[in-house]
Amino acid sequence: MDDSAKPSVPTGANPIGANPIGANRWRRFADWDDRPLRLDRFAAEDPQNGFAAFTSPNDPKPGLEIVGGRVVSLDGKAEADFDMIDLFIARHHIDPEIAPQAMAMPSAELARMLVDYHIPRTALTRLAHGLTPAKLAGVVAQLNAMEIAFAYSKMRARKTPGNQGHVTNAKDDPLQLAADAATAVAFGFDEIETTQRVARNAWSNAVACAVGGAVGRWGTLFQCSSEEAEELQIGMAGFSSYAETVSVYGTERAFIDGDDTPWSKAFLAAAYASRGIKMRCTSGAGSELLMGFHESKSLLYLEARCLCLQRAMGVQGTQNGGIDGAPVTSTVPGGVRELMAENLLAVWLDLECASGNDARHSESEIRVGAKILPLLIAGSDLICSGFGTIKAYDNSFNPSSFNGEEMEDFLVLQRDFEADGGLIPVDETKVLDVRGRGLDAISAVFEELGLSQPTPAMKASVLVASGSEETESYTPRDVSIISDAIKARGITVVDVILALHKRGFVEEAANLLNVVKLRVSGDYLQTSAVVRDGKVISAVNDPNDYAGPGTGYRLAEARRQEINHIRDVLDRESVLRDQNRHAKAENRRIVYRDLGPAEAGNDPTEIVIGISPAFGLKIFQTTAGHSLAALLKEMIAGIRAKGGKPRVVRFRHTADTSFLGLSAAGVAGSGVGIGIQAKGTAVIHQRGRLPHNNLELFSNAPITQLDHYRRMGENAAIYAKGEIPDPVVVPTHGEAMGARFHAQTALIYAIETSLTVEGAKPENIEIKLLEGAA
Amino acid sequence: MKKHDHLKVADYPLSENRPDLIRTRTGKPLDAITVEALQSGTASMDDLRITKDSLLMQAEIAEAAGRPRLGSNFERAAEMVDVPQDVLLQAYELLRPGRAKAKSELLEAAATFRNTYKAERVAAFLEEAAEVYERRGLFQFRY
Repeated sequence: MDDSAKPSVPTGANPIGANPIGANRWRRFADWDDRPLRLDRFAAEDPQNGFAAFTSPNDPKPGLEIVGGRVVSLDGKAEADFDMIDLFIARHHIDPEIAPQAMAMPSAELARMLVDYHIPRTALTRLAHGLTPAKLAGVVAQLNAMEIAFAYSKMRARKTPGNQGHVTNAKDDPLQLAADAATAVAFGFDEIETTQRVARNAWSNAVACAVGGAVGRWGTLFQCSSEEAEELQIGMAGFSSYAETVSVYGTERAFIDGDDTPWSKAFLAAAYASRGIKMRCTSGAGSELLMGFHESKSLLYLEARCLCLQRAMGVQGTQNGGIDGAPVTSTVPGGVRELMAENLLAVWLDLECASGNDARHSESEIRVGAKILPLLIAGSDLICSGFGTIKAYDNSFNPSSFNGEEMEDFLVLQRDFEADGGLIPVDETKVLDVRGRGLDAISAVFEELGLSQPTPAMKASVLVASGSEETESYTPRDVSIISDAIKARGITVVDVILALHKRGFVEEAANLLNVVKLRVSGDYLQTSAVVRDGKVISAVNDPNDYAGPGTGYRLAEARRQEINHIRDVLDRESVLRDQNRHAKAENRRIVYRDLGPAEAGNDPTEIVIGISPAFGLKIFQTTAGHSLAALLKEMIAGIRAKGGKPRVVRFRHTADTSFLGLSAAGVAGSGVGIGIQAKGTAVIHQRGRLPHNNLELFSNAPITQLDHYRRMGENAAIYAKGEIPDPVVVPTHGEAMGARFHAQTALIYAIETSLTVEGAKPENIEIKLLEGAA
Repeated sequence: MKKHDHLKVADYPLSENRPDLIRTRTGKPLDAITVEALQSGTASMDDLRITKDSLLMQAEIAEAAGRPRLGSNFERAAEMVDVPQDVLLQAYELLRPGRAKAKSELLEAAATFRNTYKAERVAAFLEEAAEVYERRGLFQFRY
């Protein structure tokens, strides 16, 4: 937005009617200015400057020429003009056996095959071996967002979905890392990833996360993102089990500025495998744009080049979907759809996909939620390539789409859609338990290896801390000393395992050993491998076999129950328990005495208050938290204040507000009655009216205050005189009343309806208000 | 030299389905690697490294699963298992843009891999890089 379009008057504060300078701006724009969304900036589509998601006039047309098994032209470029990316793709990605058939297929047909569940995934991954970057990009560009999500669900490599989380903190505090790693493992992350604020702290971070990650179960893979050579050394020492910082780029100049080539990266990929370490590459739209060498190509085309390169290098997987480029990609039209499309390209090329949802692309929670949803319901090898398991300010990568703050939102999304995002809720007791265990374990290792002696006060502060701002623990400098010692002394994972075992952490020692043992067979180097329940599952032994409804990944009932088990869930028993807590206090405020059948009255000032079956018997508080005794006291006082004579009658034939009100009006001498349910919903009614055509209705019980009940009484008495009062208005502030109260309301109402008796006669009730009725 | 038939997808995971084929670098079966064995010194860090055989077997499985490129990567990796860390890192460094000042440096590295480590595939890969780098002018000074 152009700044000149901003208002020249203070926004949002002008009292209505007082607009002395006559600003000609709808104030809603001022409201919108204040929303987090407006912190996001958006960019105009501009292919020449690299701001184009799916297509650019500078994207090449798909094309391939093979002579004698050799690629002599790729996407319109002759071999002599190939840059190093073209060369690598031509020599190591394009399968000359498959290419002629694959390239001859119309893009529209390939696009339809991607969303046709009759076409097996493997037929499409085979064809991809013969498709060029421009062809691949052109095909997925034909799909709309829903088709991309569906195709992703069909094409992703491993059947069982998973998730990856960041475990970092602003102080590089190893105590907190160990506690947070143990916590992340409990929440179900398949992989955890750390990095550090201070580069030399990498070794301390590695030991702390490896130890914390061994609490509770074994199999969580761990990465310590650091400088390439150091990261490999940390892996060699046995602390980390995977790597994913091997970045590739879609233009030659960006690649060179990234200080690598396809050959150096492919060499590194083999080097990781030779050390038994799982590895994936990193790519994603926007990196070339941020690095200034985009060749005026579309984001999707450049990413298609990156992904062909990755398959050509022989890496098992990728983390893509924007990654660090997600925010800039999301500024262009269709940018978020592009991020989904490049995830689809990754899985079509048969790569494991850690599907972005990493660096937070927006300040708007709505945009964040909308972005995660398609992948959440589609399922993904690792839906986030870095869910912030810690608080946003502790994330040493960058704040993620979801951070520690939003963990429960994600858990609820899983439950809402019965979709497996790889996580499960954990109750408060268990969290404290694993955090304590992680802290004790890392402390034991530090003491046993003579690295440091954490004090009980340090551990206590970390145990309950939500983030590093609340801890009294190691400073980054303390950590550097520990980290240098680990490196200098050549401490390996074996030393750590033995230290754990010696100090009684037998299970953790065995868990850590099991993760390191994975590298002996190398099973976890295959595509999309993670460890579940002590077994390696990957695209090889757990392949995605989606072939239409009822196939592919389905939530098993046990897993569904785990996902559903979020905290503070209401049920009938909890509502009754809650009400019973109020019963005792309420009995000190009011006594209800049944006086027998209620006949029609004849006093023209008489107002009948018709109470519901459970009123004061099973239910004692309104949903706004008012005692029913206090409510009746106010209502009666209101009736009397305007010259009415109140009578309380209990109805059992109905629990419905309208019918309670109409029935009350029917026996009232004045013909005016108030119907009220125990949850606080009320109506003023009049004899002779249709049931749902009342005088006044108060349906928002959760925000109805005692004063409102008093004024209802007053108004009923005024109606009885044949006059028209000011209706009582209960002001709302746009609360999502249904979200907050409907579960409770429905449960309470079910208690009311269960007490109804067909044909039951109304009964007069004498009420006696005691001292305590406020 | 090979003691098993060509591996199939059904053989995977090897640690579960074909533990008979898995041996550590010092020849121990997987279940001999315990905390107790580390304590007594009968097993060591050496037993926690991947082996050339494991990588070649995983390459066969990758092939069988329709992933030939992944298989090639595992084959290159198999050749690197016994290459010392500093040699690997030097070769990686040499492959980065502008580090080698002439084609001959990469060719020399290729020769070392071929002759000293019997790493034929890695050597060919380095030679290919040398050719491409020359073509694309990557032997230029960068810093």
